Amino acid sequence: MAFEPKIIGFLCNWCSYTGADLAGVSRIKSAPNVRVIRTMCSGRVDPAFILKAFHLGADGVIVMGCHLGDCHYQEGNYKTIRRIPFLKRLIQGFGIDPRRLRLEWVSASEGDRFAAVVNEMTEEIRHLGPLELQVQQEEVLQPVEHR
Amino acid sequence: MAKPKLALYWAASCGGCEIAVLDIHEKILDVDRAFDIVFWPVAMDFKYDAVRAMEDRTIDLCLFNGSIRNSENAEIAHLMRAKSKTLVAFGSCALEGGIPGLANLTTRDEIWGYVYKGSPSTVTQNGGTYPQTHSAMPEGAIHIPEMWNTVKSLDQVVDVDYYIPGCPPQPDQIWSVVEYILSGKPLPPAGSILGAGDKTCCDECTRERKEKKLTKFYRPFEIETDPAVCLLDQGIVCMGPATRSGCGALCTKANVPCRGCYGPPPNVTDQGAKMLSALSSVIDAHDPAEIEAILDQIADPMGTFYRFSLAHSILRRVQKS
Repeated sequence: MAFEPKIIGFLCNWCSYTGADLAGVSRIKSAPNVRVIRTMCSGRVDPAFILKAFHLGADGVIVMGCHLGDCHYQEGNYKTIRRIPFLKRLIQGFGIDPRRLRLEWVSASEGDRFAAVVNEMTEEIRHLGPLELQVQQEEVLQPVEHR
Repeated sequence: MAKPKLALYWAASCGGCEIAVLDIHEKILDVDRAFDIVFWPVAMDFKYDAVRAMEDRTIDLCLFNGSIRNSENAEIAHLMRAKSKTLVAFGSCALEGGIPGLANLTTRDEIWGYVYKGSPSTVTQNGGTYPQTHSAMPEGAIHIPEMWNTVKSLDQVVDVDYYIPGCPPQPDQIWSVVEYILSGKPLPPAGSILGAGDKTCCDECTRERKEKKLTKFYRPFEIETDPAVCLLDQGIVCMGPATRSGCGALCTKANVPCRGCYGPPPNVTDQGAKMLSALSSVIDAHDPAEIEAILDQIADPMGTFYRFSLAHSILRRVQKS
């Protein structure tokens, strides 16, 4: 069976989630691989949520928010624009390809942009392949094979 | 009435936690008066077999320091769990992997390749030798523990009843926990952190803090810092905002930044991610290129943000192919 990427999407309530809804009601076709989690603001997205998503099996994570200057809470997305690039560096430090984490601004009227972003990211993750995090549970019972 | 039984053990440990216990000075005599110490490798001559011979759950309190990085550490962790009513993860290594947890940035093979073969001061014969778990000698066989690829905290191997954070836990905090236990008052729910506060290190720090708008970071050797002003405000990365209170902010009082040794604050599972988030909130830049230039000034985020907590972070270790 071909690899189907599992992508978790954190969408802000006011812009990007509404944009995703618009794509839906406009019947714009897009890849079904992004599982959407709605937050009130992209600035609410704690890096721990993203790390947990990778830990639990996500192959990619996308954070979508309002365009700069349009944040419903004025400054939330300014924090996001620092947090996500910083987190990309950290996951690279963990040995995870930073292309698996993406930040996009999608407004409430950009249904077609939402679909384009979802399709693009799905193809990129499909190309990168599944993220199979090494699980080290076995060492509790048996030692690592000696070389 | 028999005195409660006390055990202390060190796994992958530097010995600092043992010294911290002794740093309660003459109060160690009160501990000896109140408890029957049945196992303490650094200070007393009991052997593993003495513990194995005990009935299960007859040790009332076991203070277990050090992380789990080889088969012996794991075996004794299971042994102490079986023989103890209350098992306490004592110190940063037991609680979250500690400094040994930084081995999770690499692999055992890479470490051995450097230590036993590749380091500039190593001269190898016959291509070099790695430690062998079993060696046959004319006099008999020698067995040494198997070193693991991934360092673990104590609670990633056995169930832990309480945690005392710190590298090491401060002696006054150690005494306050012992005193509380001896008072007979009911203990907090299992899984609680003892001997520490419920705020962040910043709460105990005496430096003056202003509203943060950071545009530049410095390495500690690059500038002379003002001892009265918040180090983060001056551009020095200080882990205070993402570190549990309880140590009295000793490091910032000594003019060095907090390193994060008391572990994450309450309700935080990943200390490194929380510090990243905190810094992102206060960096004052909106332009992507400007942001990247500021982030370039933070050397070694992995080693700085996860200095003590890497083994207990959400991802636990670096992925290596």
